[in-house]
Amino acid sequence: MFSYTFHWNQALKALPQMLDGALITLQVALLSMVIGLALALALTACRLSGNRVLGGIATTWIEIARNTPALFQIYMAHFGLGNFGIHLSPYTALLVGIAFNNAGYLAENFRGALKAIPDTQTRAGRSLGMTPVQAFRYIVLPQMLRVAFLPATNQMVWAILMTSLGVTVGMNSDLAGVTQELNARSFRTFEFFALAAVIYYVIAKAVTLAARVLASRLFRY
Amino acid sequence: MIEIQNVRKSFGSLEVLKGIDLTVEKGEVVTVIGGSGSGKSTLLTCINGLEPIDAGRIMVDGTEVHAKTTDLNKLRRKVGIVFQQWNAFPHLTVLENIMLAPRKVLGLSKEKAEEIAVKQLTHVGLGEKLSVYPTRMSGGQQQRMAIARALAMSPEYMLFDEVTSALDPQLVGEVLDTLRMLASEGMTMICVTHEMKFAREVSDRVAFFHKGVMAEIAPPEALFGTPKDPELQKFLAATH
Amino acid sequence: MFNTALTISDLGFLAQGALMTLAVTAVSVAAGTVLGVIFGVVRNQLGAYWSAPLTFLLDVFRSVPLLIQLVLGNAFQSIAKLGWPPFTTSCVVLSLYTAAYCTEIVRGGIASVPPTTRRAARSLGMTWWQDMRYIVAPLATRVSLPSWIGLTLGVMKDSALVLWLGLIELLRASQVLVTRLQEPLLILMICGAIYFLISFPIARLGGYLEKRWSND
Repeated sequence: MFSYTFHWNQALKALPQMLDGALITLQVALLSMVIGLALALALTACRLSGNRVLGGIATTWIEIARNTPALFQIYMAHFGLGNFGIHLSPYTALLVGIAFNNAGYLAENFRGALKAIPDTQTRAGRSLGMTPVQAFRYIVLPQMLRVAFLPATNQMVWAILMTSLGVTVGMNSDLAGVTQELNARSFRTFEFFALAAVIYYVIAKAVTLAARVLASRLFRY
Repeated sequence: MIEIQNVRKSFGSLEVLKGIDLTVEKGEVVTVIGGSGSGKSTLLTCINGLEPIDAGRIMVDGTEVHAKTTDLNKLRRKVGIVFQQWNAFPHLTVLENIMLAPRKVLGLSKEKAEEIAVKQLTHVGLGEKLSVYPTRMSGGQQQRMAIARALAMSPEYMLFDEVTSALDPQLVGEVLDTLRMLASEGMTMICVTHEMKFAREVSDRVAFFHKGVMAEIAPPEALFGTPKDPELQKFLAATH
Repeated sequence: MFNTALTISDLGFLAQGALMTLAVTAVSVAAGTVLGVIFGVVRNQLGAYWSAPLTFLLDVFRSVPLLIQLVLGNAFQSIAKLGWPPFTTSCVVLSLYTAAYCTEIVRGGIASVPPTTRRAARSLGMTWWQDMRYIVAPLATRVSLPSWIGLTLGVMKDSALVLWLGLIELLRASQVLVTRLQEPLLILMICGAIYFLISFPIARLGGYLEKRWSND
C-alpha cells in the first residue's frame, strides 16, 4: 500500500521556520481576542441600552458572526471591503475577520453569563443599601466573569485554529502559510502538514492548560 | 418607629395586600404568621423599598419610604432584611461578604469594616469561618452569615422573611437561637415565620395575615390562647 | 435593483454551490453521528482509563485546524493510492471531525442520565441493551439534541473549507463569481444570505427545543 517514502528530515529542518510562523499565529489570535473582547463588551452594552438602533446593529452583528462560516467573514474583509475601495492585506483581513467572529460569539457568551446570575443577588446587594451600579460592579460582574471565562478560553482556541484560514487569502507568514509555502517548494505535503498539526495541537493544549491554571488562581470559590 | 398605613399592593390582577395598617414601636418584636400567599412576605419587601406599593404609605422614623425624594439606599442602611434564601455572595469569603457593604456603602476603611465584620460574625457564632467560602458551609451557617451581613450595617430595624423555611429541620434551631439573641438585645424586629413556638416565645405582638388582610393582631398569649378570627382558629388547628 | 452583471445562470451556479455544501454536510453529519454514538457509548462503557487512547485521538481532531486535517487527509489518500475524489476525501475528514465533537455530546448525554434511574431499570430485569434502548437513549437524546443541532450548524459552516481541495461549494462558487464579475460585496452578501437562510431556521429550532426541554 505504501510505496511512498516519508522524508521527515526535510520537515524537521524547516521546524525553526515553522515555529516563527507559529508565533505569528499566536500574535494574530491574541490580537483578535483583545479586539474581540472590547467589541463584545460594546455589543453587550448596545444590547442592554434599550436603544432600538444600537440593539439592532448588535443583534445583526452577532447573528452574522454566528450563522456564517468564519472563512466567509474573512472573505468579506478581504474581498467585500474592496467595494468601498478598502483593500486589506491578508494579515489585516484575517485579523479583522477573526475579531468580528470573536466579538459575536463572546457577546453571546456575555449574555449567557449575565443571565446565569440570579436577580436575588442584585436584590441582596440592594437591600444592603448598594446602588444598582455598586451591586453590578461588586456582586454581579465578578460572578459573571467566572461563568464567562471557560467559554472565552474556548473561543481563544477557536481563534488559533481560525488563523489557519489566512492561507486561503494569501497569508504566508503564519504557521499554515509558512507550511503551505514549504509544501509548494518541496511537495512533501504530508510531512510538513503533519508537523504543522503537531504544533497547532501543542499550542491549543498549552493555551487550554494556561487558562485552567489562571482560572484556579482567579476563581477560588 | 415603623408606621404602615393602609398599604395596598397588587401583582397584575392579584391583590396581595388589601389595606394593611400596622405600627411597630422601637424595641418591639412583631411576628407575622399566616398561610402561604397571605401577603406577609410582600409586606417586608415593601418596608425595605424593594417593592413599590400601589396605595397607602410606609413611614420609617417619619421618612416616607416610597416618596420620590427619599434616598432608598440611605434608608436601607437603617432597615436590614434577611431573606428565606440567604443569597450569600458566592465569590467572596464569609468575611468579605460582611465587609463589602460597610466598605462600599458606608465608606468605612478596610480595617474598620473588618473589625465590625469579625465582631458580627463572632456574635452569630461564625468567628471560626472567616476565610471560608459560603458554598462550603451549611444552610444554617449561611443564613447566620446573612444575618451578620445585615447587622454589620448597624440597622435600627431588622426584617426577617421566613429565614428558616429553606433550611433542613436540624439547622432551624441555630438560626432561631440567633434571632432570640437579637430580640433579647432589644433589636426592633418584624419576623415572618412558620415557627409557632418561636413566635410565642419572642414576640411582643403576633399578627395573623389571611388573603392580604391582617385578620388579627394581639400579644402571643391572647392570639394563641383565645383566637377570635375564625380563619386564625382554623389556621392554628391545622398547624398544631 | 441597481446595475449588476449578475445573471440568473450565475444565481443557478450559486445554488449548485449551496447544494454541494448541503451534500457534504448531510453525509458528514450522518456518518459522524453514527461514529459519535458508537464512540460515545464505548467511552462510557470503558471508563476514563481504558478509553484514554480514543479520547486522545478524538481530541486531536478538535485541536488541529480543519484545513490542516483536510490537507493531511488528501495527502494520505494520495500516498495510500486510494484514488479518492475530493468529495470522498472531504466527507471522510469532515465525518471524523464531526464524530470527535459528537462523541463528547453523546457521552455528556449518557452521563446526564441519573445512575439511580438506570439501576431502577436494571432492577426490573431489563438487560443492558434494554436499559440503553428504552431508558438511556430517550433521556440522553433530550439532553443532547440542542448541542447536536449546534454541531450540525457548525459542520455546515466549517464545510466551506473543502474548497481548499477544489470542491465548488457555496463559498467557492461565490469566489469564482467575484473574480469574474468584480462585484465582491453584492455576491458575498448573497452568499451570506444563503448561509443564513440555511442555518437560521435550524438555530431557531435548537433554541426552541432547548427552551422547551429545559423547563421540565
